[in-house]
Amino acid sequence: MSDRDFIRAIPVRSGDKLFVRILELLAAVIILLTVGLAIITLHGGIEAFREFGLTGFIGGKIWDPGVSKQFGALPFLVGTAVTSLGALIIAFFPAVATAVFISEYAPEWLAKLVDNLVNLIAAVPSVVIGLWGIFVFVPWMREAVYQPVFNWAMEHYPSLLPLLGNPVGYGLTSATIILALMIIPFIVALTKDAIDQVPVEQREAAYALGATRWEVIRMAVLPYSKGGILAGSILGLGRALGETMAVAMLIGNKNTFPFSLFGPGATIPSVIISEFREAVSSMHLSSLMAIGLLLFVISMLVNMLAAWMGKKVRNERA
Amino acid sequence: MKKLVFITVGIMPMIASCFQGNSAKDLDSKTTIIGAGASFPAPLITAMADEYRTYTDKKVTVNYQSIGSGGGVRQFVEQTIMFAMSEAYLEDEVLESIETSTGGKAFNIPITLADVVPIYNIPGVDKGLVFNSDVLAGIFLGRIIRWDNPEIKELNPGVDLGPLPITVVHRSDGSGTTNLWTSYLSQVSDEWKDLVGSGTSVRWPVGVGGSGNEGVAGAVMNSPGAIGYTSLSYALLNNMSYGYLVNSSGNVIEPGFESTTEAANIEIPEDTRVLFTNTSSPRGYPVAGFTWILVHENLDKNKAVKSREEAVELIRFLVWAITEGQELAEPLGYARLPETVVKRDIGMIARIKWMGEDIGQQVLDEFELLGNHS
Repeated sequence: MSDRDFIRAIPVRSGDKLFVRILELLAAVIILLTVGLAIITLHGGIEAFREFGLTGFIGGKIWDPGVSKQFGALPFLVGTAVTSLGALIIAFFPAVATAVFISEYAPEWLAKLVDNLVNLIAAVPSVVIGLWGIFVFVPWMREAVYQPVFNWAMEHYPSLLPLLGNPVGYGLTSATIILALMIIPFIVALTKDAIDQVPVEQREAAYALGATRWEVIRMAVLPYSKGGILAGSILGLGRALGETMAVAMLIGNKNTFPFSLFGPGATIPSVIISEFREAVSSMHLSSLMAIGLLLFVISMLVNMLAAWMGKKVRNERA
Repeated sequence: MKKLVFITVGIMPMIASCFQGNSAKDLDSKTTIIGAGASFPAPLITAMADEYRTYTDKKVTVNYQSIGSGGGVRQFVEQTIMFAMSEAYLEDEVLESIETSTGGKAFNIPITLADVVPIYNIPGVDKGLVFNSDVLAGIFLGRIIRWDNPEIKELNPGVDLGPLPITVVHRSDGSGTTNLWTSYLSQVSDEWKDLVGSGTSVRWPVGVGGSGNEGVAGAVMNSPGAIGYTSLSYALLNNMSYGYLVNSSGNVIEPGFESTTEAANIEIPEDTRVLFTNTSSPRGYPVAGFTWILVHENLDKNKAVKSREEAVELIRFLVWAITEGQELAEPLGYARLPETVVKRDIGMIARIKWMGEDIGQQVLDEFELLGNHS
């Protein structure tokens, strides 16, 4: 019989039963907490959904707590999607390359050093990264990238200027790059674990077929570690979706369309943290909770997608 | 051996707690006054709390949580705190609902003055650039986009302003500073009033948002050509260049304690619920406002006030804050309340009651009879 059946057949005493009950209770508590979180957020946000309608709120372009008291989530949905997906795209190849370098190419001492430094990035608090962004990164980006490109466009292609936007430095692009920096450790860690777990037989088989070092990695190692790479990417994406402080400090907080390449934007976490403390009118509060619920749903969908893709990868391998 | 250790460690706290019985009596005579609200006056209230603790021989502690004006108002309505501080007065609907639930009013008692100055970063230009209402509205609406605009040059004939583009920086988080600034712009520009309005959070037509005073200051300091707004004390503390404003009487006013106090030196309604941005006072700074303490008229109906003694201590603190406590304001960068406003405050405090008893009146008599505490 299988391992599981064997374990089930062992005689059970009351202490074991109690242990199982406690485990079940803890698991139930976690599930209840999550469901409770969703229910309370929904309860808070229902007023906004009723006022503007579900599609009206999701597709609404205007967020105006001042004059018209109209609230629409579209600018923040777009901002969140652009910054998170952009961060993943920017971070993906450097992160996978770093993991391959650590696992395959680097000498022991260098591998350990790089690994520790990469993990250190994950350990830096988000608000400290935001501060570094404000005082170092953004001025540098403005001097080195935004301003020169803007000036060049002003002279040669003035029609590009609306697309480029105001090169003040705080904006979607800066926030995306910083987010990419923040999610690299997650992708590196999980990819490196997956690469390390590739059985030595796979590598030897590839070598035996006459593959070079790079070809071994490309043919035998990376395809085998697809699962880990995927897991790392989704974890990174999840972090980028919810990242609040660094984004709020660097994204320029412009709650209106149109967004431009260099110009300011906004994401769901940035608007919630900016406006929640001082929101007095109940419609404003309700809209903030509704938009938080939207982020909750998006994260849940991303995780479900990851689980589905992970299952496909596992089935492919089997 | 292990058992002995466990027993000793277990019994020690029980023995120790027997000796603490005496101090429980001391705790009875100590009072804590709990308040929450705006972050702008937090340094002042903290200093006042410190000073007041010494004044009352450590008997009364004021515990203030700066959670923001919105949070403060919410907690005040839900009666989890004894007083709130807000940079916006309570709206009519809120006052009505409080009147229904407590049978009495909620008083908005000004405790200090807030002022907002425009800060800018123009290489080669120091503080003192003159702005008038049209120019400010034009900049923040996105109509005036370069520093060498003729309207700005007209107000500043001696200053060398080049074709530097203007970058507007505003607050991304809800704030009383934004409330004051946008209230001023709404008063001086109909276009602003219709398009953007005023409030702690608005839909800015142009510009970049910074988080908190620090965010705005950081963004302005790091971006040549940027203009933002912040409280005067913050600008002074960080050595930033700030501008002078032309007020409604046509005078160029330098932001400062005197001009802020002057701004409030006008006809104030009895309940002090007024925004005097764009003040009619001839030497007053046009972007100034009250910071109010919110307190219930019928303190017994406020669930956070648990005894008559707590209510009396709260009123004593309020009276001290608007009289002696004002000495702490200027060293910290806050302007003093003018005499006219203090009179209004006293008028409102006199009406505070506990179960119908005029305890407000009693405390005021106390202060006038006893004179100044040493």
